[in-house]
Amino acid sequence: MDDIIIQFEHFGFQYHAQSEPTLHDINLTVRRGEKILIAGPSGCGKSTLAHCINGLIPFSYRGESSGSLRIAGKETKELSIFDISRHVGTVLQDPDGQFVGLTVAEDIAFALENDCVQEPALHERVQKAAAMVELEDHLRHAPNELSGGQRQRVALAGVLVDDVDVLLFDEPLANLDPATGKAAIELIEQVQKQTGAAVVIIEHRLEDVLHREVDRIVLMGEGRILADTTPDELLSGPWLRDSGIREPLYLTALRYAGVEIRAEMAPRSIRTLRLSDDEKAKVRGWFAAVPPAEERPPRPVLLDVQDLHFTYSGKDHETLRGISLRVGQGELLAIVGRNGAGKSTFSKVVCGFETQQSGTVRFHGEDMAALSIKEHADRIGYVMQNPNQMISKVMIFDEVALGLRKRGLPEDEVKRRVEETLRICGLWPFRSWPISALSFGQKKRVTIAAILVLEPEMIILDEPTAGQDYRHYTEIMEFLLTLQKRGITVAMITHDMHLMLEYAERAVVFSRGRIIADTDCAAVLTDPAIIGEANLKETSLYALAGLCGIADGQAFVRRFIDYERKELRP
Amino acid sequence: MTNIFNYIDRPSPIHDLTGATKLVCLLLWSFAAMMTYDTRLLVLLVVLSLILFRVSKIRLSDVRFMLGFTAVFMVLNNLLVFLFSPQHGVELYGTRHVLFSLGGSYVITKEQLFYHLNLFLKYLASIPVALLFVCTTNPSEFAASLNRIGVKYTVAYSVALALRYIPDIQREYHEISQAQQARGVEMSKKENLIRRLKSAGAILIPLILSSMDRIEVISNAMELRCFGKNKKRSWYMARPFTKWDWLAMAGSALLLAAALLLNRLNGSRFWNPFA
Repeated sequence: MDDIIIQFEHFGFQYHAQSEPTLHDINLTVRRGEKILIAGPSGCGKSTLAHCINGLIPFSYRGESSGSLRIAGKETKELSIFDISRHVGTVLQDPDGQFVGLTVAEDIAFALENDCVQEPALHERVQKAAAMVELEDHLRHAPNELSGGQRQRVALAGVLVDDVDVLLFDEPLANLDPATGKAAIELIEQVQKQTGAAVVIIEHRLEDVLHREVDRIVLMGEGRILADTTPDELLSGPWLRDSGIREPLYLTALRYAGVEIRAEMAPRSIRTLRLSDDEKAKVRGWFAAVPPAEERPPRPVLLDVQDLHFTYSGKDHETLRGISLRVGQGELLAIVGRNGAGKSTFSKVVCGFETQQSGTVRFHGEDMAALSIKEHADRIGYVMQNPNQMISKVMIFDEVALGLRKRGLPEDEVKRRVEETLRICGLWPFRSWPISALSFGQKKRVTIAAILVLEPEMIILDEPTAGQDYRHYTEIMEFLLTLQKRGITVAMITHDMHLMLEYAERAVVFSRGRIIADTDCAAVLTDPAIIGEANLKETSLYALAGLCGIADGQAFVRRFIDYERKELRP
Repeated sequence: MTNIFNYIDRPSPIHDLTGATKLVCLLLWSFAAMMTYDTRLLVLLVVLSLILFRVSKIRLSDVRFMLGFTAVFMVLNNLLVFLFSPQHGVELYGTRHVLFSLGGSYVITKEQLFYHLNLFLKYLASIPVALLFVCTTNPSEFAASLNRIGVKYTVAYSVALALRYIPDIQREYHEISQAQQARGVEMSKKENLIRRLKSAGAILIPLILSSMDRIEVISNAMELRCFGKNKKRSWYMARPFTKWDWLAMAGSALLLAAALLLNRLNGSRFWNPFA
């Protein structure tokens, strides 16, 4: 029994600042060498559970615990955070925020330095850890010279310098593009094989983690463990529905086709999935039965961008290298591509934050070059990724009113428009609340409301659903749909392939300052050349079509999208 | 400017010295230059610093901005001293050799000119060395250097972290300010002071809020990796002292000793050629 490394027994925890416990009666055992996925919606307690494992609870976040939690056989109450970190290495969610050193080597060395490890062991161990994550050629690089995926590998190397028994990953996929996320999951597996450590992954993006095998999935909800079983059992069981966790898309498609999902089908991955001929026929039948959606009538052009070139001052390479794009009135489109491809820069030029070196941006046929940043905002609003970067007032009403007041509108007009916007955004019940009392998703709404109140015809949102679980994601996206129905044009910069498939009418793919594809989402997510170039990931629906003997995989993906839009969102 | 440390990676004997050595030398040297108004020692310091500059392979073009900045400052300083006390040199040296008069109390004396020459030399003696430190010290070594001369490592590390985060915070400030300007927050210099202060609030509050998030993440990340576990820590970038380090420090100490000795011999900080 001494291969048990983490053992929760009737464990509960309540933060000092809260009136209710966050964790109830947790019983969980992790053995050496095991790989476990802890999934659950926001607020289910999975982060709290992670903090209990790595010692941040109770050392940084105070509260009252009950029951027992033993790590490597010792009760954590009797250990310090430093003792625990000998056994548990944590890779936090934000690979940028946890970069402590000025260079890769220093960051990897950080734990060793704090342990007073002397030369030559210090350099040797850093070298070894860097080699494990294939960063030995980047030792002298500064964080801003690295991609998001490389930064995450630095963070991983930083815990690999110690021989830990458990590697704990807190939402490792949250800030990565789809292809990098896939590589991260592969790297985690590779490192686990090399070190033999137990791996605990906290993540709500089930399908992406299941890209590689895991031993068990622990599903949490409202502070309790709802299920602790194999991926096959979990995916075929009743737990996932209404849990705020999205099941893999190929399973959703099977369900639509009327195929019952059973553990013997090995549904844990599209590669392991086994379907009987009868089931395959059912899928083919469903594919044939769903009528193709009628062609959308062409929309009048709202935004017309011609041959945009842009270089940041002090940089010698162009960030935008001839971007031409037309956006129709009332469209909902996704802008995708790897980090640094020019998506955000493009938005900034279109919103007037930066000025292009050449090329034109027309809005309703009017050249926007002469307009001020403020006048741009009356036409195209920009919503930043992190709501905390936009909120500057204490009260919701004042935050939404800010732009109108700055424009010198009379107060009764301000009141009328703010109240109307709050109603549209579903914030009316909270109108007299302080912003600090809102959830992340509600704050996001406040920032969208603060932009909408200026009555722009188009809004651009940077990663509108980043870090949101399925429920909040759906909430935000359904809200954007209602805006679209009111005639507002919506462009979203995103890494989320599901978001693209389910909501966007069209995907514009950026790569190295150019647009390499501008077509419907099904075409983008089934084209290996575009997928590779833009760091996207092929949708599992495509593979499912192949498995069921449907030759035109793209059409299958398109049918799936149409079906969802028609049947589930009439 | 991406970093306040304008480190220039160009191998030279000065680069090879450890950061701690350079910090100690800079402190000793600056004290020496501050202490003395002895023209002979100042000239020696100027000549030495020019030689060091040569050795370090830092080019004038690398530091043009900083040099221009200090030159303006130096001229201003000299002008102000002359405007407010045109007879300062006379008071210091106790003699009065009038060269010519500018009218009123503004009389040019040999003593005053000599005083200004010394002031000028003091700038020349200290600025190049400070620039050298900035240009040849790898920022990564800076925290280790502070720690080595006795600053607590937690304090030293927070300096290093500040260096690490300055570019990030600059970028974030820029982004927030753009978004707020779009909402109508006026940042131009045309606005009056009170409005501009209010506008600054509209940017600073989100900046502080998001920095607080950042601080929570980073302090968790550091604790999870045992920061603060021991009274001491080792430094990846620290290098052992070589004989050149000891020599450099000894040389700088000698210069400071010379300054102190000259003060003693001259009876004051000033060397008086007029007496």
